[in-house]
Amino acid sequence: MRTKRIKGIKFGLLSPKEIRKMSASKIITADTYGEDGFPIEMGLVNQRIGVIDPGLRCKTCGGRMGECPGHFGHIELAAPVIHIGYAKLIYKMLSATCRECGSVLLEDAYFLFSVSDTELEHDLKREIISEKWHKEFGDNGFPLSTNASITKEKNDEWTITDKELFIIRKEAGKLNVYDAGEKGRFLNDIELGKGKQPGVGEAVKRMFKEAAKHTVCSHCGDHLFDFAADARLENILNKGEDVISKELRRQFATEGHALSKNPSIKKETDNKWLITDKDKRYIVKKRNGKLTVDCGTPQRVIKFDKPSTYIEIDEKERKRRLMPSDVRERLEKIPDEDIALFGMDPKSARPEWMILTVLPVPPVTARPSITLESGQRSEDDLTHKLVDIIRINHRFMDNRAAGAPQLIIEDLWELLQYHISTYLDNEIAGIPPARHRSGRPLKTMTQRLKGKEGRFRGSLSGKRVNYSARTVISPAPDIDIDEVGVPEAIAKELTVNVNVTERNIDLLKETVRRGNEHPGANYVRRADGKKVKITETNYETLAEELDIGWKVERHLRDRDIVLFNRQPSLHRMSIMAHYVRVMPGKTFRLNPTVCPPYNADYDGDEMNLHVLQTEEARAEAKILMAVQHNIISPRFGRPIIGGIHDHVSSLFLLTYGETKFDREETLEILKGIDIDDLREPAGTFTFRSEVSGLRFEDSHLTSHISHLTPYWTGKQIFSMILPAGLNLQFQGKVGGVTIRDGNLETGVIDEIAVGSFKGKIIDRIVRQYGEEAAKKFINDLARLATNYILRAGFSFGISDEDIPREGEQQIREETMREAEHKVDELIRAYEAEELEALPGRTVEETLELRIMETLGRARDEAGSIAERYLGIENAGVLMAKSGARGSLLNLTQMAACVGQQSVRGERIKRGYRGRTLPHFKPADRSAKAHGFVRPSFKEGLSPTEYFFHAVGGREALVDTAVRTSQSGYFQRRLINALLDLEVKEDETVRETRDTIVQFKYGEDGVDPSACEYGKVVDIDEIIKDVMAGTGA
Amino acid sequence: MKKEKVSILEHGLVPKHEIMGAEEIKELLDKYKIKREQLPKIKLSDPVIKEIKADAGDVVKIRRQSRTAGKALFYRLVIE
Repeated sequence: MRTKRIKGIKFGLLSPKEIRKMSASKIITADTYGEDGFPIEMGLVNQRIGVIDPGLRCKTCGGRMGECPGHFGHIELAAPVIHIGYAKLIYKMLSATCRECGSVLLEDAYFLFSVSDTELEHDLKREIISEKWHKEFGDNGFPLSTNASITKEKNDEWTITDKELFIIRKEAGKLNVYDAGEKGRFLNDIELGKGKQPGVGEAVKRMFKEAAKHTVCSHCGDHLFDFAADARLENILNKGEDVISKELRRQFATEGHALSKNPSIKKETDNKWLITDKDKRYIVKKRNGKLTVDCGTPQRVIKFDKPSTYIEIDEKERKRRLMPSDVRERLEKIPDEDIALFGMDPKSARPEWMILTVLPVPPVTARPSITLESGQRSEDDLTHKLVDIIRINHRFMDNRAAGAPQLIIEDLWELLQYHISTYLDNEIAGIPPARHRSGRPLKTMTQRLKGKEGRFRGSLSGKRVNYSARTVISPAPDIDIDEVGVPEAIAKELTVNVNVTERNIDLLKETVRRGNEHPGANYVRRADGKKVKITETNYETLAEELDIGWKVERHLRDRDIVLFNRQPSLHRMSIMAHYVRVMPGKTFRLNPTVCPPYNADYDGDEMNLHVLQTEEARAEAKILMAVQHNIISPRFGRPIIGGIHDHVSSLFLLTYGETKFDREETLEILKGIDIDDLREPAGTFTFRSEVSGLRFEDSHLTSHISHLTPYWTGKQIFSMILPAGLNLQFQGKVGGVTIRDGNLETGVIDEIAVGSFKGKIIDRIVRQYGEEAAKKFINDLARLATNYILRAGFSFGISDEDIPREGEQQIREETMREAEHKVDELIRAYEAEELEALPGRTVEETLELRIMETLGRARDEAGSIAERYLGIENAGVLMAKSGARGSLLNLTQMAACVGQQSVRGERIKRGYRGRTLPHFKPADRSAKAHGFVRPSFKEGLSPTEYFFHAVGGREALVDTAVRTSQSGYFQRRLINALLDLEVKEDETVRETRDTIVQFKYGEDGVDPSACEYGKVVDIDEIIKDVMAGTGA
Repeated sequence: MKKEKVSILEHGLVPKHEIMGAEEIKELLDKYKIKREQLPKIKLSDPVIKEIKADAGDVVKIRRQSRTAGKALFYRLVIE
């Protein structure tokens, strides 16, 4: 296939001529529908500009509703009106052009010298700056450098770019050399800026700024006389104001332009001066070493009175309003050559087209009316606005025809301007928005396009999707990890399209017969393509009629495959394929183990569900997007799905020490897990005393135990969900873990073993036994953990952080007192100038560091004192040690000491002069004055401590807010850059044109999700494996 | 003190660049079933390219030390 590349896009303005040409109808009536119920001719809902009523035909193209795309109409405006979107640009153009001739107020190109020589011309045609040309330029006083370059602009015109910009034109057989002047230089900058950054816009901006500086037009004035320049004269001119020397006077007088008593001199730009003498304006310019004098048209200051008024202020500070018609006249005068200076092309955008004289009326199809239930018609906001415009337009014309006073005409003009401005944009600063009768602001042109719900972001970049649902999520630990619980109400709304074949016709007949009752259907599509809704009245007959070749849109059912997604979709695990499980309730249910890949929790998160509609999509989803396929994250090559929170706590409890369970309990813990037979019990209870030795006693358990009752240990129970033959050894959070032949022999199951992001056991099962086995393991693990923690019970509260009085006392009276004493000692040493600076630090920095260190150590010490009183039986410690949730630091802060609060890694020092809060004396360097929080959270914080804690906490909050937005944007840019790179069969990475980006994917061709820790082979593991197989 | 100019080619962080022969290039293009333009590019203004005096249209072979693969080969077409 031939591919074409878009070279550029050109934007232009609609000219009045074009607007009339594309118009299918002139609109003169503000009414829409007549009494007969048909659209009125030449009205706003006009049969020539599109049809929205069924049954009618378009009078322009003959199409019916849906076929006719609609056609534009037009309104002839009674008076010109400013297009509000261009108001600012119009102001800039007015300020930059001459009020007389319309030329841009910049210096034109001016003649330097001329030559006639065929050889020189030949060189030009070959675009070479020959020796001869160098000589010519040099002789005329414009030596060119060796860097000078030549370009052909058009026939018989060339430019030479050096430090200066020269234009060479072939005119009347001669080659005339011009200096490009300000205009030429800006034109060149604009031309060079095309397709670049900052480009045209920046150059045009500079041009406007420069042009507006000029107060006299040098284009439409006459050239008066020249005189030789010398440094003295220049100096006089530069001194400016009111210093007109005799010499200068004499020069003027001899040329017949005698100056009056006190003319003023002003420097306008480099090498350009302005002499104002009564009503005369002389422009003195330095050119080719001469001073030339021109007279020019004085310009007036134009003020832009937002949103759409222009006021001209004359020399005597008199103000005059420029009506849109005046503005239009001025813009019309701007010559075509100068329009390029605005960055516009005069063929497709003349400035005067920014003043509206005729208004295009969008087709009715772009502003359809809606029929309410009451049969009343409700028109679109745009139609309402157009009605207003037409009404005022009429009133304007009537009043003018009747010869109404100027004041009334101006008022109506203003009103017309208001309506057209709000029609284009209803959110202009300084204009009250046009409102609907109900008081709601109208949604007009700009509002349709702008913002999140506008045409671009709302309808083009993002659209609403069919066959999708969204609701709150909640946990369901009893469903499989690759399932999703779908509320019945949603299952009845979402449908799957099924073709009726001879193999499923009976089943589908049954489905249709059920009608709108759950596993039923909503629609059938007959063989001829007609879609029929299944209702309570027709389901019987439709079920009867159902035939091969029909299609049925049946309800979502158990085991249907769907895509499940949570935003932001940052990695591929954000969208995975799940199997449906229709459930009562109103929320989507998902197994808590799949929360990490989605980054979901249940504090009100909502998720989306998409029903797949084709067999190909279903197959692809099943193979590529299934949950089990995404257990290992390609991001870090480890499981991202695994036990979380209570799963970890539970399995830790179960496997910690020698927990024993009788048959009944064992079965209860293994409830819901597919295990054929229990393994051999570990033994029988022998002494009653053994029961009391249980770590987590259970009174119900002790009552029926006799010495013959067999028991299973927690480790054994956990082993029952491990695949047979699994050998694994690793370092857990509390000691080594050994699994031999599918038996947990030693060690405790913790986060490292089964947790998400770590999950050594899961990792191994995926690699050795496959995804399916891993899925089963995670399912079993979640059930086992839930069952056990339900039995064992697990709670945590404030009182769990109680430590005995002596502990508290020790922290307060020993650790803290000691630390504070040390800090005081450091401060004393500092003040006595005895403190020795650390290498590369000032003494002050050293003091701060030492204080931080001392207090940090004090907090840790307090923590370890508290820890002595809190053993593993403490739920908080258990969670921290097993990795289920929280850390020992959290516990320390709750039980012993919150510690130093910091901002940017330093003690808090901001606040008042010399102190953080008025509660402290200035220059107090003590621990408590700079954010050290002595007590624990449980003890409670004093007001100043609370404040410091909030100061420190805010930093964390701001950091996360900034980080998420920044990394989000980085991610987006990265994705857009790498979007269509692909790894090909030969392991090269290529982009769409098959251009190579990498010769081997990632230099080594390794898929991180298929190897251990980025290594292609894990030798240690293989050796361990071999040893386990042959040795023991 | 006179400043000694050190060749950047001797710097430890600059991988070895060498200009490939016609035969070698053909082999490379055949191996990946590509045309010359489909190779990654390197600018003529690149310091190493200037140093080894490669011309536009040449193909350079770059031997890099890779953290993951040990040694990695890369090829680039010199462009203006």
